[in-house]
Amino acid sequence: MQRMLDWIDARFPLTALWKSQVSEYYAPKNFNFWYFFGSLALVVLVMQIVTGIFLTMNYKPDATKAFESVEYIMRDVAGGWFIRYAHSTGASAFFIVVYLHMFRALLYGSYRKPRELLWIVGCFIYLALMAEAFFGYLLPWGQMSYWGAQVIVNLFSTVPIIGDDLGAWIRGDYTVSDVTLNRFFAFHVIAVPLVLLLLVVVHLMALHEVGSNNPDGVEIKDRKDPVTGHPVDGIPFHPYYTVKDLVGVVVFLALFSIVLFFWPDGGGYFLEANNFIPANPLQTPEHIAPVWYFTPFYAMLRAVPSFMNSQFWGVLVMGAAVVILFFMPWLDRGRVKSIRYRGTLYKGWLAAFVLSFLILGYLGVVPVTVWGQFSEKIPLLGTADKATVVARVLTVVYFLFFLLMPWYTARDKTKPVPDRVTG
Amino acid sequence: MASDGTMNRSDDGAVDRKKRRFLIGATAAVGSVGVVAAVLPLGWSMAPSERAKAAGAPVEVDISKLEPGQQIKVEWRGKVVWVINRTPSMLGNLPKLDSQLADPSSKDSIQPADCKNTNRSIKPEIFVAVGICTHLGCSPTYRPDIAPADLGPEWLGGFFCPCHQSKFDLAARVYKGVPAPTNLTIPPYKFLSNTRIVVGVESKPA
Repeated sequence: MQRMLDWIDARFPLTALWKSQVSEYYAPKNFNFWYFFGSLALVVLVMQIVTGIFLTMNYKPDATKAFESVEYIMRDVAGGWFIRYAHSTGASAFFIVVYLHMFRALLYGSYRKPRELLWIVGCFIYLALMAEAFFGYLLPWGQMSYWGAQVIVNLFSTVPIIGDDLGAWIRGDYTVSDVTLNRFFAFHVIAVPLVLLLLVVVHLMALHEVGSNNPDGVEIKDRKDPVTGHPVDGIPFHPYYTVKDLVGVVVFLALFSIVLFFWPDGGGYFLEANNFIPANPLQTPEHIAPVWYFTPFYAMLRAVPSFMNSQFWGVLVMGAAVVILFFMPWLDRGRVKSIRYRGTLYKGWLAAFVLSFLILGYLGVVPVTVWGQFSEKIPLLGTADKATVVARVLTVVYFLFFLLMPWYTARDKTKPVPDRVTG
Repeated sequence: MASDGTMNRSDDGAVDRKKRRFLIGATAAVGSVGVVAAVLPLGWSMAPSERAKAAGAPVEVDISKLEPGQQIKVEWRGKVVWVINRTPSMLGNLPKLDSQLADPSSKDSIQPADCKNTNRSIKPEIFVAVGICTHLGCSPTYRPDIAPADLGPEWLGGFFCPCHQSKFDLAARVYKGVPAPTNLTIPPYKFLSNTRIVVGVESKPA
């Protein structure tokens, strides 16, 4: 065995890679619950790729056959329902895990220097993931697939001057059609997954270069053991964190299985009821809502009124809501990284941000009439939909969290940061 | 090539960085022209194909069996086109709504010149429109009923978009304060006879 390993090592740096990336990659010893989600995201990515490969064996990217082929997978292919539900549940699980992973970065300042690139690559992963989910959602060719794609592609048609041509170029037709389905299939199974995998590798390389942050936001590399040269507050990723992450994976898979076996449509949030009806270009469903992971941005889109006869402003706001994430490392001027040592200002803004994101997420699922209208007697607001007004306010809160960040993080009353991690 | 046979070296043997930079720059420039030339056909391949364009041909509609108040839907260029036979009372209600509309005289909306009137049609009663919301492309529902519970007592009939609650009157003119920015589009169409129209062809004034 050792001789074989020596033979390989002389030709490929197998042992060296294992050591540098796993068994001798020193991670802070004080990782907590929030540090499960990076490895879980990796697990879900693998699950999505594997189930996706098996779905393509029976799926047909053809407008006349797509819906039927999904039903065929669900009913006639042995184990087909399991593969399909694992893939559709996996999509929602991916976003749950990634949102928690991103929230962890906000909690502990993991986007701060020297991890700016790590964060930016992560933002690109998030973008790629949204593209992947959007392209994939058209494939079952149900009513929501069809009309969801129609709405999103029309976002590009609102771009001034070139909009109509841009929309036709994305669809390959004047409306969402067989051509569109065929190319979305190509994007979903080849183009975006390749980009996603590449980005994940870059993300991990950047992480292992700068080293992991931790709940104290203390750089463990600043204190190295003079004899071994390893950080005194670091422990080797393997076996310590491989074992810890395995526990996380077991718990995650248990929860995942409960949804997969007993609740695969996630109460209409993971798989929308309208998507069990074949796409019909002549009949819009009564209520169109994207899948839950897009709804905060969708609520912002709806909240922005048309201005100068153009819908483009809502699209701009929605795009800006994602793009602004990229600037986090430079917007935060705080003296400390971790929430543990931040003052009330940051904590308050973070809470407002999370709340507005969640409520916008809810408002994006429901019709704007959900809370009725303001009474006509109220000046300015009279007869306006209450939900729309709330969405507007929350959209402003969402952006203020970022735009005011240089100010409130610098001014925050922070606590002293310990020299070493506190466990 | 220098006289002693070495490349890119000045007489004292040092690397001529300026020349090297120039050569790298020139190679990169020519190379990128090649890459762009190779990528263009890939970009073109995504535009609507000849077949998709041909599918945008005009459609004939028989309206001889269209009762007053009735709506039929036809497909033109993959879009839904409505043909509605409006009753005199429907037409009578149209001017009453002007104050509630965003673009009552259709200045900012798309329609053929002969439909730029209050009725937004060639013949007052026969109404033809692309049934796609100018907001984000959903298809509004035909709601000719007066003052239904969900749309309120002011409602005099029109179209209601289920996606984002945009409202239009029976000439597909958009109400104020809804997401849709303009009135629904009226496609080019003409009458072949009293009972046949063709959608997708401009009618030439006689």
